[in-house]
Amino acid sequence: MNKAADLAEEMRDDGTVIRLSGSLAVACLHDLPSRLDAVQGPVSAIDLSGVEHIDTIGAWTVHRTAKRLNSPITGGRDDTMRLIEAVGALDEPVAIRPDHVPAVTRIVSQIGEAVSTAGSTMLGLLGFFGGTLVAAWSVIRHPSRFRVNAVVQRFEVVGVSALGIIGLMSFLIGIVIAQQGSVQLRQFGMEMLTINLVGRLTFRELGVLMTAIMVAGRSGSAFAAQLGTMKLTEEVDAMRTIGVSPMEALVLPRTLAVVIMMPLLGFYASIMAVIGGGFLCAIALDIPPITFVQRLREVVPITDLWVGLIKAPVFGLIIAISGCFQGMQVKGNAEEVGLRTTAAVVQAIFLVIVLDAIFAVFFTWLGWN
Amino acid sequence: MAAEDARIEQTMAQSDIAISVRGIRNSFGDQIVHDGLDLDVRKGEILGVVGGSGTGKSVLMRAIIGLQTPDEGEIHVFGESMVGRLDDEALAIRKRWGVLFQGGALFSTLTVAENVEVPIREYYPNIGAELRDEIAAYKIRMTGLPAEAGPKYPSELSGGMKKRAGLARALALDPDLLFLDEPTAGLDPIGAAAFDEQTRQLQQTLGLTVFLITHDLDTLYSICDRVAVLADKKVIAVGTIDELLATDHPWIQEYFNGPRGRAATAAVARHHDREQDRAAQTPPDGRQ
Repeated sequence: MNKAADLAEEMRDDGTVIRLSGSLAVACLHDLPSRLDAVQGPVSAIDLSGVEHIDTIGAWTVHRTAKRLNSPITGGRDDTMRLIEAVGALDEPVAIRPDHVPAVTRIVSQIGEAVSTAGSTMLGLLGFFGGTLVAAWSVIRHPSRFRVNAVVQRFEVVGVSALGIIGLMSFLIGIVIAQQGSVQLRQFGMEMLTINLVGRLTFRELGVLMTAIMVAGRSGSAFAAQLGTMKLTEEVDAMRTIGVSPMEALVLPRTLAVVIMMPLLGFYASIMAVIGGGFLCAIALDIPPITFVQRLREVVPITDLWVGLIKAPVFGLIIAISGCFQGMQVKGNAEEVGLRTTAAVVQAIFLVIVLDAIFAVFFTWLGWN
Repeated sequence: MAAEDARIEQTMAQSDIAISVRGIRNSFGDQIVHDGLDLDVRKGEILGVVGGSGTGKSVLMRAIIGLQTPDEGEIHVFGESMVGRLDDEALAIRKRWGVLFQGGALFSTLTVAENVEVPIREYYPNIGAELRDEIAAYKIRMTGLPAEAGPKYPSELSGGMKKRAGLARALALDPDLLFLDEPTAGLDPIGAAAFDEQTRQLQQTLGLTVFLITHDLDTLYSICDRVAVLADKKVIAVGTIDELLATDHPWIQEYFNGPRGRAATAAVARHHDREQDRAAQTPPDGRQ
């Protein structure tokens, strides 16, 4: 039964006869299709009397050859002929892929699509932000609808679980700033200024910024993936039909959790970075910790702390809203969840940095230098 | 003579079995799904597998196709042991079966036709692109999908079309053995009947052995040669529906004699009556 398929050509007065033999099953075909393709007409008959076994792929191979050479099929067993006939009856062109578009058209249309997507995403994000505010307002009016448990649970996932990684990251950043700063400042004999550098930079900028990036990567992506999957499995639709607003049940607790957690995490990150800086100063620059702390208190104005703490909840809002917004945009398939998750993180980090620049200008204008 | 006959019968029976499951035990943590389960699927039959929710019908299928390793027991497919086999060792057997998962399990980033091409591309790279496209095309037509379905993505298809596309992919390599996991679940009665008819036709044309998990009594009545009933962690009975009706297991009785079971029986009876009427109206020489 598993004899390899073979083909022999026999010249006769009325033309060539192709004799097929062996098993015309897909596992035994080997190079038979290409050998059949190489046969040129005129062929008076395709003889199947040597065929022991055939499946639909074999039948199709015979059918297409017979059709191409316009020759009759002879000598097959009844079931073989029936199968070829059955398969031949299905001969109808079927497109395999969507229509191919020329490269130029595709590139132009992709650019256009990207621009219009960017625009509509920004509009959508703004609308989503509005929706969140509306949901928040309705929860304020009906405090019983406020989901305390959901928010507290998110506190843990967004905040407490992130303490380890954010602490370690900030500690190392503190060390790096102090080390790089001291190398440069030593050239002027101003190593003590390393403390200014570490203190001001971490409280004002890096503590909160790095935290925002980490939270966007950890929680913003998680929000997008969670809500996206819930959209795919129609959980969100089920929620709506039961009369639960997804904005109130899903988006608001997440947003609130991140908005509240961001200042706490940001402050914690700044402190860890300062400890890292102090650690390096003690080890490499021989500045004792007590001097480090004293000097820190002199050079870092309290407004630096305010700058960081004011920015943190705004960054948190952006991260949560982009995560939830992208998640809620998922429709169709699993690949979309991945794309939207990536988009959520990229969008969040980009917007955080843009806003950070705007904040820098704003605080300078306030005179909080 | 008698002894020889018995021997021949035995070897016949041996080669007649497509899947043989012996003493399978499957468990998830503390929960034991199967314990000492035996089942034989004969070549060329459509075996329906029924059982209440949670009796492990899908788990049994997953165990046979190697997605779930049983704790104990032996599984033979076409005489080859499947338990504990590495993926590449079982490749020759894998090429001989097709699986239709419950939700179709189509690859969402590929079009329907490309989905059908995946097994061909994977197992038989020597088949050229042009022939592969043609094979995918007739497979799609064979499962009753319209030609327009070829370039569509799974997310653009209805539930019934997804099932058919999944079937087309399962049939891509002309398997000897077809696993269908609840093929008619979620289809409308007309679609379900058409799907049953299609399965029967394909089974007859291609000589398939079909392992069919179903809840659909109409499917059982209309296309299954035998039915295996899963309960109490075992296969409690295998046989034709008439044979099963003769047993007095309470679950089987309730299953086939419940309101839905009776309705399905009545529908089959009506169908037979109509056929007989038609036969009676046709003159003996067969011309109308």
